[in-house]
Amino acid sequence: MTRSLFVSLLSALALSGTAHAADGKSLYAANCSRCHGALGNGLPGLAPSLRDAGALGADFYLRTGYMPLDDPQTHPSRTRVLFSEPELRALVRYVASLGNGPPIPHPRWRDANVAAGLTLFTGHCAGCHQIVARGGYVTGARVPALGRATPTQIAEAVRQGPYLLPRFSPKAISDRQLDDLVAYVQYAKHPDDRGGWALGHLGPWPEGMVTWLLAASALVGVCTLLARRVRS
Amino acid sequence: MIRGLVRFVDQRSGGAPFVRKALRYVFPDHWSFLLGEVALYCFMLLVATGVYLTLFFDDSRSATTYHGPYEPLDGATVSRAYASVLHLSFQVKAGLLMRQTHHWAANLFIAAIVLHMLRVFFTGAFRKPRDLIYLLGLGMLFSAFLEGYLGYSLVDDLLSGMGLAIGYSVAMSIPVVGAYLAMLIWGGPFPGSADFWPRMYIAHVLILPLVIATLLALHLTLVAARHHTQFRESPRTTERQVVGVPTFPGQAPRSIGLMLAVFAVLFLLGGLVQINPVWLWGPYHVGDATNGAQPDWYLGWLIGGLRLMPGFDVTIGHYTLIPNPFWGGVAFPLAVLLVLALWPWAERKVAGDDAFHNLLERPRDNPWRTALGAAFVTWVFLIFVSGSGDRIDVWLGIDYVAQVWVYRIAALVLPVAVFFVTRRVCRELVAWEVLRRDMPGS
Repeated sequence: MTRSLFVSLLSALALSGTAHAADGKSLYAANCSRCHGALGNGLPGLAPSLRDAGALGADFYLRTGYMPLDDPQTHPSRTRVLFSEPELRALVRYVASLGNGPPIPHPRWRDANVAAGLTLFTGHCAGCHQIVARGGYVTGARVPALGRATPTQIAEAVRQGPYLLPRFSPKAISDRQLDDLVAYVQYAKHPDDRGGWALGHLGPWPEGMVTWLLAASALVGVCTLLARRVRS
Repeated sequence: MIRGLVRFVDQRSGGAPFVRKALRYVFPDHWSFLLGEVALYCFMLLVATGVYLTLFFDDSRSATTYHGPYEPLDGATVSRAYASVLHLSFQVKAGLLMRQTHHWAANLFIAAIVLHMLRVFFTGAFRKPRDLIYLLGLGMLFSAFLEGYLGYSLVDDLLSGMGLAIGYSVAMSIPVVGAYLAMLIWGGPFPGSADFWPRMYIAHVLILPLVIATLLALHLTLVAARHHTQFRESPRTTERQVVGVPTFPGQAPRSIGLMLAVFAVLFLLGGLVQINPVWLWGPYHVGDATNGAQPDWYLGWLIGGLRLMPGFDVTIGHYTLIPNPFWGGVAFPLAVLLVLALWPWAERKVAGDDAFHNLLERPRDNPWRTALGAAFVTWVFLIFVSGSGDRIDVWLGIDYVAQVWVYRIAALVLPVAVFFVTRRVCRELVAWEVLRRDMPGS
């Protein structure tokens, strides 16, 4: 309902010309201010202040499609991004100007250490995100799989701590370690599956399915076939 | 030449009458009698692939630094056991094929035993004089649970460690003796002393395989001695005659064909479908955990039991007499084992039936047994399914906490419903048959 309102608002904006579309302030007023307040102070019990979110927070929430949210009480999940690239930039710039928040991080993960990243991921992340970053369930929340998270978004999430995720300061995880962590998550998107069909990297659960639905049922079929042959 | 060889063996063993008898042994025709053979061939393949794996496995948990072809773990501190499994998977010729085939064979072994057992139960094949054969089979099933758990634990990856942590907590939860028992097995507080790994290893590669092999030998000897059961194929079939095909030329080619099919399916899976990729799970260090960790399918009912039991401890003052994991981890499997083990005797007593039975009953012929069995299977199956509630939550979006309550209630209510429905269906089927038989012109 609210989302369709956003969409119609957006199309109205798009029709009225690109000059408006890139105007961060009016985009903010149209899409964010109802919950986060006209000055980004937030509303108690409804939405947090955006004054210290910075470009990092805005970039993360907008590019994952977490925001804007239909209903502020729901737990957001990754959805379609509602804004065009110039609109995103304008909005992020505007939110960043509301306070003294951190800038968008630029992880240098390409020559970082995947092995160190795995150790960090096991210690800090796997308990909720699953060891190959396939997500899962924890009490009260569904933890997203990280297959579609970009390197920048991974770094942003670690520093920002959205929802149940703790916020990791550079003291807890240094920038260099963060690069390693990002390198591991990037690796985990397409890991070494030398064993064959990977079954979604979910472990014994799909393996049991294959045991029963493929192997056991095939062999029951073979049994009926063998028994019938002899009888005829 | 062959004649000469046969004579040589016969003169030194006197085996000819025995072989002649064995070749004339008559096997029943029904396909469900082959399920036990599937399990047998899985076991053979488990031993064969297992022997190959022992050539490369290191049963030590002492720390080492991994340097090998798998770069994402290069320089990581891992146990020798885990490093040897990586070496086996990445460098040994056919190592990964053997390891994956071994694991698939273990999964299928227990699935085949369960199917075989369902056949034996629902057709009354366990009745006197085969109750002992049934007990031996049950012993193999539970030995296989333990054997599989040890294999899962030995590789010392993240899932192994989490599984052992649960096993340790369950052992500790046994009232009064639990702590002593856990210390005895682990040789110290979790993760245990250096002795613990060799202990698991010797149990996995020697003691339990010997136990299973001995039970298997007795099982098959007794089957041969008491002969197979069979269905009543015509109204003329009696308890005292045997109908079917002889070992040769009837059953032997059939059985060899089945063996080749089992090996083919397992090697195909081992070569094409990845199972337990321990390099992706990473090594285990105390305190590590991953979301969505699960045991192999055949221990899913125990995880379900642990999860479903409402959280409470039985305490006397400050002393915890019965910690919670006892119910799901010890009492539940013991209850299942006891019900299954005592069933033949209980049925004989209740039915007042002390006769010999060589003819099987179809499930519908004994509505009470079929209905009680179906209710029992439903009960265990619901608890089994609840063990993967978190996956169902993620997969189908059904809230986990709501699921737990649904399973708790369903585990009490649904078996009763299944009992009445099954009994009714059995009776209707029999009534329908009688009706059809008595209809003129049928």
